[in-house]
Amino acid sequence: MAETKISLEQVRHVARLARMELDPREEEQLRSAMSQMLGYVEKLNELDTKDVPPTAQVGDIGTAMRADEVTNHPAPDAMLANAPARDRNYFKVPKIIE
Amino acid sequence: MASELNRLTIADAAARLKKREITAADLTRDCLDRIKAIDPKLRAFLTVCADEAMKQAEDADRRLAKGDAPALCGIPLGIKDIYATKGVRTTCASKILKNFVPPFDATVIERLRAEGAVFVGKTNLDEFAMGSSTENSAFGPTLNPCDLERVSGGSSGGSAAAVAAHECLGSLGTDTGGSIREPASFCGVVGIKPTYSRVSRFGVIAYASSLDQVGPFAKTVRDAAILMRTLAGKDPRDSTCSARAVPDYEQALIGNVKGLRIGLPKEYFVEGMQPEVEQSVRAALKNFESLGATAVDVSLPHTGYAVAAYYLVATAEASANLARYDGIRYGLRVNAEDPIALYEMTRARGFGAEVKRRIMLGTFALSAGYYDAYYLKGQKVRTLIRRDFERAFEKCDLILTPVAPATAFKLGEKTDDPLTMYLSDIFTISVNLAGLPGMAMPCGYDAKNLPIGMQLIGPPFSEESILRAGDAWERSGAIKSRPPVI
Repeated sequence: MAETKISLEQVRHVARLARMELDPREEEQLRSAMSQMLGYVEKLNELDTKDVPPTAQVGDIGTAMRADEVTNHPAPDAMLANAPARDRNYFKVPKIIE
Repeated sequence: MASELNRLTIADAAARLKKREITAADLTRDCLDRIKAIDPKLRAFLTVCADEAMKQAEDADRRLAKGDAPALCGIPLGIKDIYATKGVRTTCASKILKNFVPPFDATVIERLRAEGAVFVGKTNLDEFAMGSSTENSAFGPTLNPCDLERVSGGSSGGSAAAVAAHECLGSLGTDTGGSIREPASFCGVVGIKPTYSRVSRFGVIAYASSLDQVGPFAKTVRDAAILMRTLAGKDPRDSTCSARAVPDYEQALIGNVKGLRIGLPKEYFVEGMQPEVEQSVRAALKNFESLGATAVDVSLPHTGYAVAAYYLVATAEASANLARYDGIRYGLRVNAEDPIALYEMTRARGFGAEVKRRIMLGTFALSAGYYDAYYLKGQKVRTLIRRDFERAFEKCDLILTPVAPATAFKLGEKTDDPLTMYLSDIFTISVNLAGLPGMAMPCGYDAKNLPIGMQLIGPPFSEESILRAGDAWERSGAIKSRPPVI
């Protein structure tokens, strides 16, 4: 098992990027799990893909066109019904600017 | 004593509803009674909508009485709890959406509603559809109705188990790497993952957007065709949805497979797979031959790389899709002094271990300095896998494979090792990467009486051909008897 593919410092860096707080036990578990997966996906390097174009999307997709018409109408109460915190017609959040 | 109308197929129930031999109210009540009796054990449903369902059934009866009702009018269905359902809690089996009540319906829900379908409830899944056993559900696993010590498969395990256990007549799932086909196989029902872009995904909570696809579970291939007819088709609210005309899939079921070339890929019969699975799928091919089809050997040489490519592409897309769960507009919020801490604590508390693993791996694969080596590499290998199929379909019309290397495993058997769990999808994942349609259907039973599933794969938009072949096989009586479920 490739246990050293990724360091604890890297795990913490990725967690910051993903905006996820991890406790020390989770950091260790994720280091091990990510190392295992990164070791496993290394098998892709057996394949020469220098001249292979990437596939980002499959299926029957062009640019879907439609008339630029309003199909929904303001419904603040419906929009805010699931808000964790609300103040009048606004989502309430912690202070962002000092 | 219930009249057990819940055991009917959709086709039979629809015919009897139309003739007014039965009512949608009685049919729905039998499903709800069944849920009440067995679901405390099975746990296929996260939310049961008994009152709403009875009301929908009564509306359906009024429509049926007038005559000329649509095919699904009065048919009780289960809906994976990943579909937005107006006014009904939609959790995605996550603590982060535990109390989320959508203000709108997904497009496919809207379509089923318009036909007069009855929604008995929302079914269990692996959190955010990430898993192969429903053991990643924040609300506990769904058990297998054929053996309560085993998993129902995943991620759409609740939808598969509910149909297998006759809690509803059909259901909806989603399939990103096998999430319809694997549970269908484990529970012994039919499940279709349609061609990518065949069915609208508007209102379906996203996991990996270049792979996710909507599809039905049913007791028979004909029932699956009936459901597909309503699900498929253009949607102005989903720009990835194809504008191609939708065939009448039920009309395609003419019971004839003469001259059909069925390819058997050697890479799908690997060392370590359960011998009964291989025997059963090979026997199924013999049945196809006796019905007039021709067997062809084909090769899909990059099969062994599919799981690795998938876990780069899918996790990268998941990390982007799940960025929206930040505790601001809906869902769980853990309060903190500043917004960054609020995000970090909300996501730490709201997501389960597997979701965190995938977000972390995907974030890493997309991060500066690693993008080319991981995400881009995954996308390039995806091209090779797609080309494998294109080449194979020059030699055959459909491909036949097992759905999974083994029948349903025991609860807890694979939870300690994520990679082992991921590998249970080795025969289904390539189909998503290539964007193809695939159907799982029961083809036999192992010595423990657990269902074995076969998979029919076709070129893009070949659902008619897959359904026709599956239906002909099913009607030929190749399965003599089906062991009882719970």
